Amino acid sequence: MKEEKKKVVVLACSGIGKVYGTIARETVYELMERVRPDVVVTICLPLLMIDDPDAKKLVSDNPVITIDGCPKCCSQKNLEAQGVKADRSFQAIKFYTAHKELKPDGIAELDENGRKLAAIAADELAQVVDELAAGGEK
Amino acid sequence: MIPLNVLKVLKVGIVSCSGEAIPGGTVSRIASRKVLDELRPDKTVTICLPLFIAAGGEERKFAADYPTITVDGCEKYCARKSTEKLSGKPARSLLIPEILEKRGMKAPARLRNMSTEEKATIQVVAEEIARTVDEVLGTKE
Repeated sequence: MKEEKKKVVVLACSGIGKVYGTIARETVYELMERVRPDVVVTICLPLLMIDDPDAKKLVSDNPVITIDGCPKCCSQKNLEAQGVKADRSFQAIKFYTAHKELKPDGIAELDENGRKLAAIAADELAQVVDELAAGGEK
Repeated sequence: MIPLNVLKVLKVGIVSCSGEAIPGGTVSRIASRKVLDELRPDKTVTICLPLFIAAGGEERKFAADYPTITVDGCEKYCARKSTEKLSGKPARSLLIPEILEKRGMKAPARLRNMSTEEKATIQVVAEEIARTVDEVLGTKE
């Protein structure tokens, strides 16, 4: 019998104050819609703040990646507040420091550099997603 | 020292649902940003909702420091409930599906790359938030 792959939950920073919060979200959308559509899922981060049972179950039962937009690490810390540790944690700014030719701009909507950077970040995370989906942690 | 009874509320705090997984969240975030940047830039401040947990301390005083408007993208009311629980009672709570229903507008279906029609909902929600800011401050633009 073919073993069913796990879903991988990717949580993004919720920030509306800085461009890297938007990069984090766009990276999640790239993963969900283009790079690994059948594997990656996300939830609204504040669902964890209101103790939503379905959201809590999803992050407890599946591997989780967090992508934060600033050093306050909201997605990682909100997850930890539920007693769940992220399997991998990333800072969106790290993708920019690795691709300095793509300085992103825009909070409500990313500019072209931002969209390209998010697409590259998602491509780079694909391997991590595959490892976790193949039975990594949890 | 300024006597308390002559202090005026100068700014309103907007707390947007982040709603990464629902189109209403996208509308909420972008509409809130529009109010902060374009419609009422001198009268509004914001905070990232999950900071109430991640940062604690100073950030939890947000609703005590400012009369607050929460903007939710769905009926789970994460912004309103989290603000109430972790910071203080909001002055007003807005729900995007309600705002759009009143205007006879269809809720967007996409998380990003919204169509022109879907983007129109952002403007409508932003204007409603701006009106609510004025109401809370007791002013009209």
